[in-house]
Amino acid sequence: MRHTLAVLVENKPGVLARVSGLFSRRGYNIESLAVGMTENPEISRMTIVVEGDDRVLAQVTSQLSKLIDVISISDLPPSESVDRGLALLKVAADTDTRAEIMQIASIFRAKIIDIGAETLVIEVTGDKGKIGAIENMLGRFGIKEVVRTGRVALHRGTKTVGGEYR
Amino acid sequence: MTDTPISGAKALINCLKSEGVDTIFGYPGGVLLPLYDELYDSDINHILVRHEQAGAHAADGYARATGKVGVCLATSGPGATNLVTGIANAYMDSVPVVAITGQVPTPMIGNDAFQEADITGITLPITKHNYLVRDVEDLPWIVKEAFYIASTGRPGPVLIDLPKDITTDEFEFIYPGRTYLRGYHPDVGIDEDAVKRAASMILDSECPVIYAGGGVIISDSSSELLKLAETIQAPVTTTLLGIGAFPQSNPLSLRMLGMHGTKYANYAVQESDLLIAIGARFDDRVTGKVDAFAPHAKVIHIDIDPAEIGKNVRVDLPVIGDAKKILQSLNSNLQKMQSRSGAWLGKIDAWKKKHPLSYVQSDEVIKPQYVVQEIHRACPDAIIVTEVGQNQMWAAQYFQFENPRTFITSGGLGTMGYGFPAAIGAKVGCPDRTVIDIAGDGSFQMTSQELATVSKSDIKVIVAILNNSYLGMVRQWQELFFDERYSYTDISQSVDFVKLAEAYNLVGIRAEKPSEVPSAISEALSADRTVVIDFVVDPMENVFPMVPAGAAINEILEQGAVA
Repeated sequence: MRHTLAVLVENKPGVLARVSGLFSRRGYNIESLAVGMTENPEISRMTIVVEGDDRVLAQVTSQLSKLIDVISISDLPPSESVDRGLALLKVAADTDTRAEIMQIASIFRAKIIDIGAETLVIEVTGDKGKIGAIENMLGRFGIKEVVRTGRVALHRGTKTVGGEYR
Repeated sequence: MTDTPISGAKALINCLKSEGVDTIFGYPGGVLLPLYDELYDSDINHILVRHEQAGAHAADGYARATGKVGVCLATSGPGATNLVTGIANAYMDSVPVVAITGQVPTPMIGNDAFQEADITGITLPITKHNYLVRDVEDLPWIVKEAFYIASTGRPGPVLIDLPKDITTDEFEFIYPGRTYLRGYHPDVGIDEDAVKRAASMILDSECPVIYAGGGVIISDSSSELLKLAETIQAPVTTTLLGIGAFPQSNPLSLRMLGMHGTKYANYAVQESDLLIAIGARFDDRVTGKVDAFAPHAKVIHIDIDPAEIGKNVRVDLPVIGDAKKILQSLNSNLQKMQSRSGAWLGKIDAWKKKHPLSYVQSDEVIKPQYVVQEIHRACPDAIIVTEVGQNQMWAAQYFQFENPRTFITSGGLGTMGYGFPAAIGAKVGCPDRTVIDIAGDGSFQMTSQELATVSKSDIKVIVAILNNSYLGMVRQWQELFFDERYSYTDISQSVDFVKLAEAYNLVGIRAEKPSEVPSAISEALSADRTVVIDFVVDPMENVFPMVPAGAAINEILEQGAVA
């Protein structure tokens, strides 16, 4: 089972190494990791997607909690949260295919952010399914390069994470 | 506490004194020159070790013997990396140690400068936390936090990496009175509901066993443990690190469990219907085959570290928090029980009578178990430190331990060479106690250079080498599981330990016959300096009982076993 963890950490050098080192050392798999500053510049927020059953999740959470620089950890269940990732896709495109590609992009509400004689760069945001779907659709034109961010997630509604610390 | 700017080096000494540090185990080096210059005038007792690993082990031994934070100090690069084994050892056994390392000057970090090593990176997985000091203004709060983190919650080593320029930079020093960390809250309180549930599980059980680990000693809850055991009339077994948490003379004591535990401890665990684990972590040397461990028992797990819950075995009731407070609350929830004592304790007594620890005594050759028993007879209140291997297991089995902090041993990491430097640390921390390192000839040679330390610093410990001319525990496994093919475990005729001691201006004694054992021990006890006793013991003696790795803990090999 896949879990999305929102982890607030001290915005200090080496924190990412502490967290990622813990995962590799204990044999937990990170599917995706994104990190950035919160509205409080002293605190960063990591969104970590991990695969594992409840026992693994309990271990991940309690081991992460032991890191001094980890302030809080919240599990964001899919039903109670929204998550997005971003991908840039460089797709082969010539005068014959360009229009069709742009049409597909527009259906996915993706943006064309670069155009060249032989390629287009498309920016798409969404959940994992949506990004996978556009990739599938564009596959037959020839995807030259893909780059993805880790996923980021927030609770739906008024709920926030680690409120008292931010 | 001053308006006059002082150097980082001087500030560090002030910080250490504010934390009550009276002793440092260290070794100087290039980047530490400004700090050592300050130490020269300081009243902090600096013990000069002969290898940084020994400094870390000595700080560890000091901490285990006293309950205070041990401090070690090493220079950058190789000095720092030499601490690594000692830090890992302290981490595995939850020992409060603050390790201070020198680092190359800040502007040179990352340039592969002379004697540069990324020690905060290297020690990331083996420290509770670590710091690279980037600004001298940060030094006071970093030291404050380091001692706080090392000594609270589940204790552990904390490393402070101190670039040379930080030690010479000047600033207005103020030591913080307290510290607050957003991400660290060791005092979690206790869950009274969980304690009540534990009490009712105890009342419902017919065959309970208390399984006590090092956490009982760390949390200073031996008297609470004794009260619990006597109130509920439950037998108590301890882990290797839990030895001393419960008096072994008490009729409820089952001594140690696990791979080299007593048969009656292992049988009791296997037949128990309730296992009360206190400050223990279900190590594989305790559980053997996990699926077959305590198969009929519900498990209550009392621990301060939530990450230990369910890590190795399923737990029916976790109780998170300080063992002392939990046991106090548990005891107040329980009344003295009368009914249970009969059948269960009777069964255990029968096992004890049928399967006592035993070995075959000899008039010709010294049995290592006999040496341990004689040491106990001569000095029952000694602090016993061990190396790792057969010597460690015989010490655990044949000495009778009554009090916490009297048995100091490398449990989790199993570090050969730990015992002698840890004994030095224990003696420095407890100068009025007799400290005896029960050693093997293999382990002792890993850190025997510390004979120079005790000679120069006038520290008296006794190193009792159970010299079987083998790397004995490995040899035992080769005998039992590898067709007696003794591959690279014969270390006979490689050193004369008596002459070695004498070379350091210390006392060396050799005992070759059982009749010489008592006099060797009494001579060592009355000597005015460190003594190395070379007990030439039966080379083929094995540690029994033994549960082979991966077997259930009631599948036990005994003396004369052939695998």
